[in-house]
Amino acid sequence: MSDNPGFTPNEMMTIAASRALRNDDVCFVGIGAPSAACNVARLTHAPDITLIYESGTIGTAPDVLPLSIGDGELCETAVTTVAVPEMFRYWLQGGRISIGFLGAAQLDKFGNINTTVIGDYFHPKTRLPGGGGAPEIATSSKEIYITMAQTKRGMVEKIDFFTSFGHGEGGDHRKRLGIDTAGPTLLITDLAIWKPDPVSKEFTVVSLHPGVTREQVQESCGWVVKFAEALDETPAPSELELKTLRDLQARTKAAHEGTGKAKAA
Amino acid sequence: MVKFLPLKQAVAENLNDGDTVAFEGFTHLIPTAAAHEAIRQGFRDLTLIRMTPDLIYDQMIGMGMAKKIVFSYVGNPGVGLLRRARDAIENGFPHSLEIEEHSHAGMANAYEAGAAGLPCAVFRGYRGAGLAAVNPNIKSVACPFTGEVLAAVPSIRPDVTFIHAQKADRKGNVLVEGIIGIQKEAVLAAKRAVVTVEEVVDNFDDLHPNLTVLPRWTIAAISVVPGGSHPSYAHGYYARDNAAYLEWDEIAADREKFQAWMQANVMEKSADDFEARVEHLRKAA
Repeated sequence: MSDNPGFTPNEMMTIAASRALRNDDVCFVGIGAPSAACNVARLTHAPDITLIYESGTIGTAPDVLPLSIGDGELCETAVTTVAVPEMFRYWLQGGRISIGFLGAAQLDKFGNINTTVIGDYFHPKTRLPGGGGAPEIATSSKEIYITMAQTKRGMVEKIDFFTSFGHGEGGDHRKRLGIDTAGPTLLITDLAIWKPDPVSKEFTVVSLHPGVTREQVQESCGWVVKFAEALDETPAPSELELKTLRDLQARTKAAHEGTGKAKAA
Repeated sequence: MVKFLPLKQAVAENLNDGDTVAFEGFTHLIPTAAAHEAIRQGFRDLTLIRMTPDLIYDQMIGMGMAKKIVFSYVGNPGVGLLRRARDAIENGFPHSLEIEEHSHAGMANAYEAGAAGLPCAVFRGYRGAGLAAVNPNIKSVACPFTGEVLAAVPSIRPDVTFIHAQKADRKGNVLVEGIIGIQKEAVLAAKRAVVTVEEVVDNFDDLHPNLTVLPRWTIAAISVVPGGSHPSYAHGYYARDNAAYLEWDEIAADREKFQAWMQANVMEKSADDFEARVEHLRKAA
């Protein structure tokens, strides 16, 4: 990054991720960076995008980002709210989700995700929350987008636990397991945009965010990074994109700290 | 037949040491008052089932009541890790904890199978995921028609399920609306169900006919506990106390701070204290 680009790497990540979503997408949204990206998309270029949270809210349009997947506003602003078994059986397993949008604690170059444990499963160094909806989101959504800030600890050669299956060992591994969805097709980090190689399925950098060097991408990644021959530069956030994201985060912060209650009253 | 009882009595009559119990609620209508009453009565060796064992299971585990947890997401949603649960899993404090881990889809299907009286649930799940290798209760079956290999998990059949709901009518029918989660399945899967409600109304005559209603004969006991799901929320009554979820992370991070908080806010309190806790959240709902 240059010294003062007018936006942070995290803002660039969220905005780049929001641009990948289309107006006609039906998106199963994870909490955190995916939720921010999906709502920026809805508030800018994709007003009709269908956002689904695993608590059962379909077509929700929250004014602030939810702290949990079941905040009241998700239900109040949704087209409909269904029971959790219906969510997973009819809507996800039924093949009605175009994009599953996931974050990761650990990620490998084939888009396999770990959010379960660091270390051995039965004697973990760190017990993480686990998969929640992710194991089936990863295989039943038509495509998977992943977003995370790059660190050497997070982007590793070998993940400690397969919470959600990406491309496994690469190549046609998904097909061999009888999984007929595309799996991870896009990775957006705070430094770059990555896409899987069409044959090996290894994530390859296709676009560097403004001011980011190849060396920076490699220094914060635990595997040897491949770069596309024709490397793009990600367009910087527009004023509208930045304002939309910052307003959303300011409303969210006020609401979660409790100061939003006075306003609501 | 359903009985209207004070919460203390409803818990004492329906929960026993060693029971398999579900306190369900999927981020909404979490039965906190019922869980706190169980903590005050000091049950032991419980098998705790819940898709998202958030604060109340962190509290029960920290108080040494749990022998085993069955779950699909052991976190404080949007905040991070459950620190008392972690201390039990990573360090065996206050004692070791057996775990049975699933995905949300696995748990939802298992509850539904329990409600349907089936021995197991079959669904398209766990493909390529590591859980199947570490949880012997995740197996596979081939579809007898297509040959497709599907995941199978045993149905969930709790001894007792606790839920919180908006309303009961005078006969004891119970109404749930908003994010309805897994509560209906958790009640119908259980041998006994105890429901805490915000209020009792004469009847449901003026309400929409498609709202989720659990008929009175599916429930053992109802207790009226306004505010009984704080810090989660009751759609139409009061908002989620997100600040309390953020604060919990700090309280649970320290063993002594946790004990002091439990003493002041659970052990020395009663179900009647919940109403005041949601007063400032009612306007925001």
